[in-house]
Amino acid sequence: MRNFKAVLKRELKSYFESPVAYVFIVIFLLATSGCTFFISRFFENRIATLEPFFIWHPWLYLFLVPAVGMRLWSEERKSGTIELLFTLPITLWEALAGKFVAAWLFIGIALVLTFPMVLTVAYLGSPDYGIILSSYLGSFMLAGGFLAVTCLFSAMTKNQVISFVISVVACFAMLMLGVGVFTDFLNRYLPVWLSDAISAFSFFTHYQGFQRGLIDSRDLVYFISVIVFMLAANALVLERKKAE
Amino acid sequence: MIAVQSLTRHFGSIKAVDNISFTVGKGEILGFLGPNGAGKSTTMKMITTFLPPTSGTATVGGFDVIAQPLEARAKIGYLPESSPSYRDMNVFDFLMFAAEVRGYDGDERLNRVKKIMETCNLKEVAYQQIDTLSKGFRQRVGFAQAFLHDPEYLILDEPTDGLDPNQKQEVRNLIKQMGREKCIILSTHILEEVEAVCSRAIIIGEGKIVADGSPEELRSRSKLHGAITLELIGVEAKDALAGLEKVQFVDRVTDLTPSAAEGGAEKNGKKVIRLRLYPMSGKSIAHETASFIHQKNWQVDGFTVEKGDLNEVFYSLTKGGVAR
Ligand SMILES: Nc1ncnc2c1ncn2[C@@H]1O[C@H](COP(=O)(O)OP(=O)(O)O)[C@@H](O)[C@H]1O
Ligand SMILES: [Mg+2]
Repeated sequence: MRNFKAVLKRELKSYFESPVAYVFIVIFLLATSGCTFFISRFFENRIATLEPFFIWHPWLYLFLVPAVGMRLWSEERKSGTIELLFTLPITLWEALAGKFVAAWLFIGIALVLTFPMVLTVAYLGSPDYGIILSSYLGSFMLAGGFLAVTCLFSAMTKNQVISFVISVVACFAMLMLGVGVFTDFLNRYLPVWLSDAISAFSFFTHYQGFQRGLIDSRDLVYFISVIVFMLAANALVLERKKAE
Repeated sequence: MIAVQSLTRHFGSIKAVDNISFTVGKGEILGFLGPNGAGKSTTMKMITTFLPPTSGTATVGGFDVIAQPLEARAKIGYLPESSPSYRDMNVFDFLMFAAEVRGYDGDERLNRVKKIMETCNLKEVAYQQIDTLSKGFRQRVGFAQAFLHDPEYLILDEPTDGLDPNQKQEVRNLIKQMGREKCIILSTHILEEVEAVCSRAIIIGEGKIVADGSPEELRSRSKLHGAITLELIGVEAKDALAGLEKVQFVDRVTDLTPSAAEGGAEKNGKKVIRLRLYPMSGKSIAHETASFIHQKNWQVDGFTVEKGDLNEVFYSLTKGGVAR
């Protein structure tokens, strides 16, 4: 636990000591509000709901989360610090969890900084705060899912650009499995039970649950299991690849 | 004690380390010597638990690197090749992180870090980002990280690589000083370094141990060991060669005089010749040679008994040749 905390603190600190963190936060805030106000025409609708805000999160995370996570392991491997890290008396899981949670918290901080959105809807009318809360939770879980995927691919290569591109593609696939156009397409060729099963694996399907204001334990369990599964795969990859 | 038992590591079809065994005890400074690609780093990565061996194992202070890696790591201070560190951090934060993971907290942690920064002369750059430091300072940061917990075992992979001569000397002194109560393995391809700091040297070539002994022992395996290099003034080379070859236990004599084309050699207008006398195996020829010269009343300008050349031993052992 001590080592987990040490890694987490080190990682978080290094985010805020580099300009990249602030650039990321600014881009995240600009992009979320830009989409909400200019594409979804939030004000013109004059409806006190944050739906037009949260609807964009999957698509923004698709690029922003891999941008945060791409360096997690590829940089350690490239610069050789991984040799330092794994010859300190620290377990693989402590290091893995520490790095993952730090990046997740960092995205969480960016998410919390979107609170002016909540103030705006509160000004427009009386929104359902339950839905807003569950939507935020869903958004955070979705970010965790994307991040876990990115972590895994960043362990596979020393090249951050490759790690970014593969992560975006993989996240896109995890998302699309449940998006309307794709499920309609599947329905045409596959039996319904199969296409339903496939879309049940999608980030999108489970993200939508939260947007309806329901905190369904199945959606939570889904995201947590995806994260744990990806991190377990990550651990295996690191074991094999760390010394290359 | 570090005990390495039949350690082997393959990378695909390459046998980077091939069945290496040795033990190192307290107070020893073992120089791990070999050309690039010999398998020095790979061996060290296995001893420090970073790389799993293909077969064989090692124990550090009684802890098996495969079965008890965390216990082994706690006892080791390791400086990886080219001393990597988190370059976006400053020196102080980096060492505080290492100290935390090493299990120190509160005042003890702070004191440890302060003390090690003093030992390694890092105080002036304490709050500087590691990325902006010169190679010499970065190396010191690596050392500080490795020495922080006052480990019993130190594994240093090319500790003086990339340093200037003064810094090299500084590092060697530091290592010698530490070596008294610790057990140190350092790798290098610089032979003077082994002679300067190591109490024992292991030469490896292509993943195998090809020699193991003190630097003096290794040097004595050189063809040059016990040979005499002689400079004589005003003596004809022909006469000198013919005479010296008959001295007892002299195996052969070679003429090292620079040829006339190379300018020859002269001293005060007289010709100087330079000869080398090789002894028969295991014999000493200094006394006999000296009395022979005395008897001839030749004028001597130089008389050196060669200790042997580690370079030569190293070269012959690692190029497939055989040293005597
Ligand atoms: N991660 C790796 N993958 C493949 N081959 C490797 C790897 N690490 C080392 N080698 C090979 O193993 C051999 C020994 O390398 P190394 O231990 O680094 O040598 P040294 O440190 O003595 O210069 C070399 O032939 C090198 O190419
Ligand atoms: Mg090496």
